[in-house]
Amino acid sequence: MVEVQHVTKRYGSLTAVDDISFSVERGEILGFLGPNGAGKTTTMRILTGFLPATEGRARVAGFDVFEQPMEAKRRTGYLPETPPLYPEMTVAEYLRFVARIKGLPSGDQRTQVGLAMERTNISDMADRYCGKLSKGYRQRVGLAQAILHNPDVLILDEPTAGLDPRQIIETRRLIAELAGDHTVILSTHILPEVSQTCQRVVIINRGRVVAVDTPDNLTARLQGSQTLYLQIDAQGADALATLEGVDGVAGVTRADTQGDVSGYAIESDQGDDVRRELSRTVVTNGWGLLELRPKQMSLEDIFLQLTTEETATDEAHPVTVTPEPEGDAGEEDGVDE
Amino acid sequence: MSNILALAQKELRAYFVSPMAYALFGFFALLFGWFYVASMNVLLQYSMGQFGQGGPQVVNINEFMIRPLFGNTAVILLMMLPFLTARAYAEEKRSGTIELLLTSPISDVQIILGKFVAAMTLYGMMLGLTLIHVGILFWYGDPEWGPIVSGYLGLLLMGGSFISVGLAISSMTKNQMVAGLSTFAVLLLFWIINWVGDASGATTQTVLSYLSILEHFDDFSKGVIDTSHVTYYVSFIAFGLFLTAKSLDTTRWNG
Repeated sequence: MVEVQHVTKRYGSLTAVDDISFSVERGEILGFLGPNGAGKTTTMRILTGFLPATEGRARVAGFDVFEQPMEAKRRTGYLPETPPLYPEMTVAEYLRFVARIKGLPSGDQRTQVGLAMERTNISDMADRYCGKLSKGYRQRVGLAQAILHNPDVLILDEPTAGLDPRQIIETRRLIAELAGDHTVILSTHILPEVSQTCQRVVIINRGRVVAVDTPDNLTARLQGSQTLYLQIDAQGADALATLEGVDGVAGVTRADTQGDVSGYAIESDQGDDVRRELSRTVVTNGWGLLELRPKQMSLEDIFLQLTTEETATDEAHPVTVTPEPEGDAGEEDGVDE
Repeated sequence: MSNILALAQKELRAYFVSPMAYALFGFFALLFGWFYVASMNVLLQYSMGQFGQGGPQVVNINEFMIRPLFGNTAVILLMMLPFLTARAYAEEKRSGTIELLLTSPISDVQIILGKFVAAMTLYGMMLGLTLIHVGILFWYGDPEWGPIVSGYLGLLLMGGSFISVGLAISSMTKNQMVAGLSTFAVLLLFWIINWVGDASGATTQTVLSYLSILEHFDDFSKGVIDTSHVTYYVSFIAFGLFLTAKSLDTTRWNG
């Protein structure tokens, strides 16, 4: 449904987006994840035909956004970072205007506007001026504007930014609903959002794709080793050395200490289950075993790992080297230049 | 066509929902009315023979009142029209709504024409207010209608040029103040461009005179519709719209 091939965007000497490739299937929700300034908005603007790419091709719903922009735009709904509202128009007037410039036949305009307002739950705001709406409602009117012409592809730039928790949940539910007949690309820098709403994630940093996968796979793939969290009351003894001596333990770091009670992060090789050995050691030493659990690597950890590794290698040598995981096309891009 | 209309309607709504249109109409009517009364006084003085021709006499109302009135109107327009166009693109760029327009299936040409049509409509309404004053002249006097029609045509063309420059400049900035101020400065420059002509040689003088916006208006207020003047204004408008198109394209490339 959406195909991006080797897209690069330069502003003078600044490269905002550097050789990005990915594709999205029909009905899929793709999360676009990256720190601020990573190139998310630029990529989305290229997809919507607002910005032309310096190099590369992008196709939306089978139409090249550079060569057949009108056809591509007709099939794209776009919610920019700030909802593009006209303060002097009422919500209904605004949506009717959008319906006209999106090329909806005049017979369908009224029904589609009503439908979009219903889906985004803003019908009771129809006669309010856009300029007087709260942030949450502005966002929803923006969303209504994007889905108004029933586009094949929805591009949402930080759709939940600035909403309160209840609105965030509602918006996520709406996006999940829409995904059935629409393809959705959404950008965010809120990590839980990705694991909750998206089927696939593109992590982007400094204009490059650093990983493309499902949230679960990303978590799994990046856990080269297993980490356990162990909390014990060692009664003043130095447990660190003893724990390091346990069979199968690859490394121990003290995570927290509170009086006699200390928490340790214990790494072991993948596949080795050291929990039995650990608990036995603790008990035979006469310490109190307070907590022992596997430590899940959250998307947050992965994200930080990916984006900081990138930075570290950047500083070491100018050529960006692929981060730890291997596989997806995006990651191999780093080696050219 | 329907897109141009949709945009023009949206623009006009913005003018009328905000105090913009009313402030523009109100102050234009006030200033025009003032000039009207002033030139009427001049006319009365002439007809009363207060300039030494001895006794009351019949004076040409077109020559002594309407023509200077058109000239004065041109000055009001020079000062007011930059405010009419300043927000057109600058506000869309500032608030981000330009993104909606540029990602919708409408062409740049449609956007540009929509905004131009809206501004011209508003300007036309503004000029329409002065028909009241002219109507009074017809009620009590007997002016020739020819020079009045050509004068209005001249005002429309000249105002169109102002608007086209204003829109082009508005599309280059996010700041309404900057847009309004620059438009005023550029228009004033085109107004006085031939003032330096005398000292700089005959050819330069001819070229600068040709460029001067006011130079071309004079004939219209005399009742002469010269195609070379019409061509000048039409090309001026077209050039302004062309610049707007280029500038929108640059917006694209630079985000």
